[in-house]
Amino acid sequence: MVTIESLYKKFGKNEVLKGIDLTIKDGGIIAVLGPNGSGKTTLIKSILGMVIPNKGTISINGQNIKKDWKYRKEIDYLPQIANFPGNLTVQELIKMIKDLRDKPANDDELIAFFKLENFLDKKLVTLSGGTKQKVNLVLTFMFNSPLVILDEPTSGLDPISLIRLKEWIHKEKAKGKTILITSHIMSFVEEIAEDLLFILEGKIYFNGSVQELKKQTGQTDFEHAIANILTEHHV
Amino acid sequence: MFKILKYSFYDLSRSRWSYVYFLFYLLLGFTLLFLNNDLSGAVITMMNVIIVLVPLIGTIFGVMYYYDSKEFTELLLAQPIKRKSIFLGQYFGVAISLAASLILGLGIPFVAYGLFQSGAIWDFVILLVTGVFLTFIFTALAFNIALSNENKIKGFGFAILLWLFLAVIYDGIFLMALVHFQEYPLDKFALIATMGNPIDLSRILILLKLDISALLGYTGAVFKNFFGTSMGTILSLGMLSLWVILPVWRISAKAKKKDF
Repeated sequence: MVTIESLYKKFGKNEVLKGIDLTIKDGGIIAVLGPNGSGKTTLIKSILGMVIPNKGTISINGQNIKKDWKYRKEIDYLPQIANFPGNLTVQELIKMIKDLRDKPANDDELIAFFKLENFLDKKLVTLSGGTKQKVNLVLTFMFNSPLVILDEPTSGLDPISLIRLKEWIHKEKAKGKTILITSHIMSFVEEIAEDLLFILEGKIYFNGSVQELKKQTGQTDFEHAIANILTEHHV
Repeated sequence: MFKILKYSFYDLSRSRWSYVYFLFYLLLGFTLLFLNNDLSGAVITMMNVIIVLVPLIGTIFGVMYYYDSKEFTELLLAQPIKRKSIFLGQYFGVAISLAASLILGLGIPFVAYGLFQSGAIWDFVILLVTGVFLTFIFTALAFNIALSNENKIKGFGFAILLWLFLAVIYDGIFLMALVHFQEYPLDKFALIATMGNPIDLSRILILLKLDISALLGYTGAVFKNFFGTSMGTILSLGMLSLWVILPVWRISAKAKKKDF
C-alpha cells in the first residue's frame, strides 16, 4: 500500500505538485492521467525517490521512504524514455541489471514473449525506438515485484507488441500486483485500467473508477468524459 | 558501490578514449626518454607535462563521463541502490581507469629503459603518485561541476575555466601579488596560497624530492625553509589527500539532494 500525504514539489519557481493526498490500495491497475506538465512523472519519480519532495511524506507499506533505498527492491519501474548506455549489448544490460538487483528473474520468458531473441547480441545504440522499449519492458517485468510503475509503456510499440503488452499486464494483475500506469492513449487506458487518477495542475482532480467518471461528467464515452474535464478547466 | 565501480570501469575499458590516453603517455614516455637519454632528466620534463595535462584530462573526462552516462544513472536510480554508491562508484570507476592509463602508459617506457636499475626510481614513483593524486582531485572537481549544472555546455565551460584558473591564471595572480607586496613579509601568504592550488602543491612535492633548488621557485624555497624536505613532503601529501577527500565528500552530499 502506498500512502502519500500533502506532497509538494517545486522546481525553481515552477510549482509542479501542490498538495497531493493519495492512498493506493494493493492489487489492481491504476491509470494516472493528466495533460502534459500536470505532474504525473514528478509524482511517480517522488514515489521512486528520484525526485525529493519539498514537503509531505510518502510511505510504502507503512514505511516512510525518505532516506531509504531498500524499499525499491519491491518496485519495478519503466522509465518514460528508454535510454541505455550505448556500448553495451542487450544481453549484457540484462545481465548487469540482474547482477545489481540480485534477485531471481524470468528474463528468458520475457525475451521469448516479446520476440527479442535476435537482438540479444546487438548493441543498444543500434536498436530502433520500439525495440528499445521492448528491452525496457523486459528489464521492468523480469523481477516480479509487487508494485509496478509504468511511465508511458506504449510509446513506440507496434500493434502486435501492444497486444502482447496488454496480455502481460493482465497476467501481472492476475498475480495480485499493484500496477500504476501513465498514458496519453485513452483507448489503452480504458481497456486496461479499473481506477483512474486524474491530476490537473499539481492536484488530484479525480480519483475513482471509470464508471464513476462517466457518471460524474454525464458522458457515456470515456474519451469524451476526459475531454469534458479538460474543457471545463480550459486547459 | 563496488558493482557500480566494476561496471563503470568495464564500460571505460572498452571506450576508445582510455586507449588514446594510454597510447599518448606511452608515446610521450618513449619520446622523452629517447630525446633525454637520461632517466632523471626525463622525469623533470615529464613533471612539467603531467602537472598541466593530467588535470586537463581529468576534468574533461570527468565531465564528459558524467553527462554521457546520464541515462545509465537514471536507470540505476530506480534500482535498489544507494545514491551515494551510484555516484561514488562512477567517480572511482573514471578516476581509477584514468590513473591506470597514466601508470601503465608512463611505466612501460620507463621500465623498458631500465628504471629498476637506476637511482631515479623513487623520483619516478613520486611523479606517478602526484599524477594519480591530480587525476583523483580533478575528476572529483569535474563531477562536482557536472552535478551542479544540468546544462552540458555550461558544465564543460566551468570545467575548462577551473582548469585554466588553477593551471595558469592562479600562478599569474600569485606572482603579481608577490611583486606588488614585495616590501611585506610574504612567507605565510605564499604558503597558504600554495596549499590552495593542487597543481602548485604537486609541483613542489616533486621538486622537493628531486632536490633541484634552481627550479623550486619562491614558494618552493619558502616551503623547504619552513618545513624542511621530509616535513614538507608529508605536509604536501596531506594537503593533496584533503584535496581529494573534500570534493569526494561533496559529491555524495550533493547527490543526496538532487532531483532526477
